[in-house]
Amino acid sequence: MMTIKQRATIRTALRLVAAVVITLIFVFPMYWLFMISFKTPEEIYSFPPKWYPGQIHFANYAVLFKDGDAKTVWNSLVVAGSSTIIAMFLGTICAYSIARFRTGGEHLANWIISQRMIPPIAVVFPIFLLFVWLHLVDTYIGVIILYTAFNLPYVIWMMRGYILDIPKALEESALVDGCTRWQVIWKVVFPMCRAGLFATAIFTFVFAWNDFLFALVLTRSEATTYTVQITHFFGGQSNFWAKISAMSVLGTLPIFIAVAFMQRYLVRGISLGAVKG
Amino acid sequence: MRAAFADRNFKYLLIGPAIFVLLLIGVFPLVYLLIVSFQGITMTEVSTEFVGGRNYAQLFDDVRMWEALLHTVIFTAIALPIELLLGLAMAQLFLEKLPGRQIFIALLVLPVVVSPIVSGATWSLLFDHRFGPINQVIGWITGNDTAILWTIKPNLVYPAIIAAEIWQWTPFMFLLLLAALANVDKSQLEAASIDGAGWWRTFFRIVLPAIWPVMAIAILIRGLDLFRLFDIIWALTRGGPGTMTETISMFTYVKGFQQFETSYTAAVAFLVIILLSAVVMLALKRVELAR
Repeated sequence: MMTIKQRATIRTALRLVAAVVITLIFVFPMYWLFMISFKTPEEIYSFPPKWYPGQIHFANYAVLFKDGDAKTVWNSLVVAGSSTIIAMFLGTICAYSIARFRTGGEHLANWIISQRMIPPIAVVFPIFLLFVWLHLVDTYIGVIILYTAFNLPYVIWMMRGYILDIPKALEESALVDGCTRWQVIWKVVFPMCRAGLFATAIFTFVFAWNDFLFALVLTRSEATTYTVQITHFFGGQSNFWAKISAMSVLGTLPIFIAVAFMQRYLVRGISLGAVKG
Repeated sequence: MRAAFADRNFKYLLIGPAIFVLLLIGVFPLVYLLIVSFQGITMTEVSTEFVGGRNYAQLFDDVRMWEALLHTVIFTAIALPIELLLGLAMAQLFLEKLPGRQIFIALLVLPVVVSPIVSGATWSLLFDHRFGPINQVIGWITGNDTAILWTIKPNLVYPAIIAAEIWQWTPFMFLLLLAALANVDKSQLEAASIDGAGWWRTFFRIVLPAIWPVMAIAILIRGLDLFRLFDIIWALTRGGPGTMTETISMFTYVKGFQQFETSYTAAVAFLVIILLSAVVMLALKRVELAR
């Protein structure tokens, strides 16, 4: 007869085995992508495939920089970064107004979140026609405007939640102390919800950074983002695996690092604030 | 009096810029879309004359469009329940204390933040018939060299795409459900166990009702995402073979940006919006997103 303690140990051991297997399965695709990017072309196209590179080999990345493909990563950084900053500023002050003054009531808040649900393909088509008319196709500004608009509902919605979480009393006393309303926002509200601002900004950045459809439609060559560039390496007959993998890693690694710092806010961030985590 | 007046201005000043951008990019396109959908613009026809409901009538006879809609529904109907159940099972597994729990969770969430185009690219590496590890592993099991064309063979493209989709988004379900399960009232669970309720009974009577609000939101968010499925398929099959895996988003893209049927595309896009709005409104009535 096993004791209760022994049984609990066995149970934990079994769970641990299951956890390891599941985690390996989910990590494996990422491992494979990263690993391929460090292989030489001969290794990539060797049969049967090898599960690790002979030696860590950075030439695939060097080629991206030499051929100018890496510029698309810079483009992604510019458009995602700029749109994040603009959306964070416009969205947070809007969220403050909605959270503190109930501007527009429930209807406005609901309308804003419903904007998030419109399928991109339906919006991007008329926007493309508009941008052709305004000569904004394939420009940083065009993509930045679109990403800003696309991310605004998210920022407003999330920041509204974070602002509602902080006590109102501090703002009132700051007003009594003679701060202007703008100063209250700058000196009290922003510092108080710093963590929320930071988390929301990371997710806003990730959404813009990961976008493919908008960039596919609105860029040609000048403002091409890294996601669109990856698809250019898919050929009719053969795919340029070395470039595809190295470019994918360049686009993925920064996000992994950013999200590692955001673990605490991840659940709230991806659930549109519905789950506080 | 003066202060109140200033307040009113101030609060509208704060929302002004954001609302302006949203109207410009959110509402203007819809109005424009509606107008264009009643015109007859194509690649060769630039006249903006109104043609009535011709484009909408054409929708009903467009077999390819209905098939694309059907493919979208199929992907959603298969991937969503699998992601939900798998995510729930994983959440259950990681709910209690486990050595290295935080590290496992940190690794498991990685797919969620990867760009769908990158995950599509990754899975096309994995599915490569000659240089991919999936065929290699199948080869080890069967003992023969295997060269299955995952992204080309008609009966395998759906499993291939769904596998990639499940890999990327099961962790999303897992994370949300893990948070929900952790918030279930422990005293109720203890009471149930004292009363001698079995695991299934406890799950359906206590756990499920408690996690349902979160589950509903997770289903809604993922359902909407699946409805606009585009990137993963673009990287894996481009809608092929033929148009077998073409979703409604891809169909709209092809019509608008490859065949330049401007007005007809506007009608398709409008149909998509109406269908989706109906679903969202029905769903939002049942889901409490605003808190």
